Amino acid sequence: MKQKSTHFNRLKRYEAGTAYLFVLPMLAGLLIFSIIPFVQNILYSFRKMGTFGEGTFVGLKNYRDLLQDETFWLALKNTFFYAIVGVPLVIILSIFFANLLNKNIRGRTIYRTLLYIPAITMPAAISILWRWILNYQYGIFNYFMEKLGLPRVSWLGDVKFVRWAIILVLVWSMVSYYTIIMLAAMQGIDRSYYEAARIDGATNRQLFFKITLPLLGPMIFFSMIMVTIGILQIFDFIYLMVDRDTLPYTYSMSLVTYFYECAFNKSSMRGYGAAISVVLAVIIMIITIIQMVVKKYWIKTEE
Amino acid sequence: MKRNRLQGESPLSRVLNHVLLIFASFLAFGPFVWMFLTSIKTYEETIRIPLKFLPDVAQWNNYATISAKLNFPRLYLNTILVTIMAVLGQLLIVTLCAYAFARLRFPGKNVIFLGMLALMMIPGQIFTIPRFKLMVKLGLTNTLVGLALPNLFNIFGMFLMRQFFSTIPRELDEAARIDGCSFFRIYWNVLLPLVKPGLTTLAILTMLSTWKDLMWPLINNSDASKMTLAAGLAMLIGEHTTYYEQVMAGGVIAVLPLIVLFVIFQKQFVESIAHSGIKG
Repeated sequence: MKQKSTHFNRLKRYEAGTAYLFVLPMLAGLLIFSIIPFVQNILYSFRKMGTFGEGTFVGLKNYRDLLQDETFWLALKNTFFYAIVGVPLVIILSIFFANLLNKNIRGRTIYRTLLYIPAITMPAAISILWRWILNYQYGIFNYFMEKLGLPRVSWLGDVKFVRWAIILVLVWSMVSYYTIIMLAAMQGIDRSYYEAARIDGATNRQLFFKITLPLLGPMIFFSMIMVTIGILQIFDFIYLMVDRDTLPYTYSMSLVTYFYECAFNKSSMRGYGAAISVVLAVIIMIITIIQMVVKKYWIKTEE
Repeated sequence: MKRNRLQGESPLSRVLNHVLLIFASFLAFGPFVWMFLTSIKTYEETIRIPLKFLPDVAQWNNYATISAKLNFPRLYLNTILVTIMAVLGQLLIVTLCAYAFARLRFPGKNVIFLGMLALMMIPGQIFTIPRFKLMVKLGLTNTLVGLALPNLFNIFGMFLMRQFFSTIPRELDEAARIDGCSFFRIYWNVLLPLVKPGLTTLAILTMLSTWKDLMWPLINNSDASKMTLAAGLAMLIGEHTTYYEQVMAGGVIAVLPLIVLFVIFQKQFVESIAHSGIKG
């Protein structure tokens, strides 16, 4: 009996040993490329640091400076603006288009392909393309505006409009991606629900609001979290669409854009950049936690 | 007839659907058509007022002009090499770890699991500065390895693969154990072939993210010969933005192959992207 249990223990130890060996490369990589950098970055945020070297310890100075920094507040405001306007638009439009594509109509394969292409295109290409479309003098967007009797707008050159131009492109590219996700979720809904409701005389509207939308709930919620996190980290479109070192660039700047400029383009502000990334991480984690708590509560009340 | 009644589509609503979808397709794809049309115009045609939709003669030489300024074959090769490194590296590291989490019992499993979950929630920018300093120390700036390396330890990919492993019945493992297979053999010979859809998903998602990423290539690689496509395109802005017919030709070269690939492998792409929304 005793011998059997040692044999069993040895097996268990062998299994655990193998498991540690298998997770070791991943954990080592995470330690080197994520966990240690995470700690370092926090330490850096307490230092005045340039492009080279480790700089000098300045305590909370970077964070105090952030509070006084108008550009930082602007970047923070812009980032929230992008999220508050962008998230509902992305979610609502992607559900709307997914619902259209979910119907059994002729040519839907072609429609799907065309609607999905922005999702797989790299933001760098999207940015140069929309820079041209939104060009003040020769852009096709202003051409259509004029055809509709609206005035020409300097989308990327006017501080009043530049954030809306960013929203436009952001939503354009994200809706495509989330339409794919929403449609996949819709196709996972059991057809028999619809057929049963149909027999009971439900209208299309009722099908959508009483079956599709409620059953999509968890996916909508998850997508909201992902879209929020994604938009809070917006960088590419601003960096490539708006001319740098201009006022519109400052007025459309996001936290990540400001982080990038401080950490990698200004010679002595790397520590400051580190502080911005810490603030961003705290904001994102708070929002994620709030959303998760809401989800828990929501599921409880539904039971 | 009966089917139509079940679908509940009146002719009017069907027409409305088509109108809406055509409009949506125009919004989604129209910009790409415009990119192409601009790319075959002369400079004068791009700045003509009133706006001119089609060129008089297609100017294919714009493609040659932009290719002389930006080494596209090089950029493509770099992007593909980084993607291959990231995919192969993940195949080894991420799936091995995922197998351990899906199948093996070991002390501390839950703690490590929760730790990874927490780490995944942290936005990437917080790692960027120290990672760059590390790359400088390792001499990996301006190298393709330096671009792929930080992306090898993909926690999301680990959770994804774990999910795929756990859909496979455990009886298979047990049968293989009785036959005397080691855990590694079970992982490699029994389970990996069965999670091929998962591997495809991981590969496609890795490809898309490598393809799209801009900030890390901009930071780590400044040498034009070590750029990825996205970072290369970024260089077009500022330097050549007056000549939009050339910039758009560059854009077409950068997006067309992936669009073709997408049209061919649409099913795999769509399934992979749908999987990126499954976690939670």
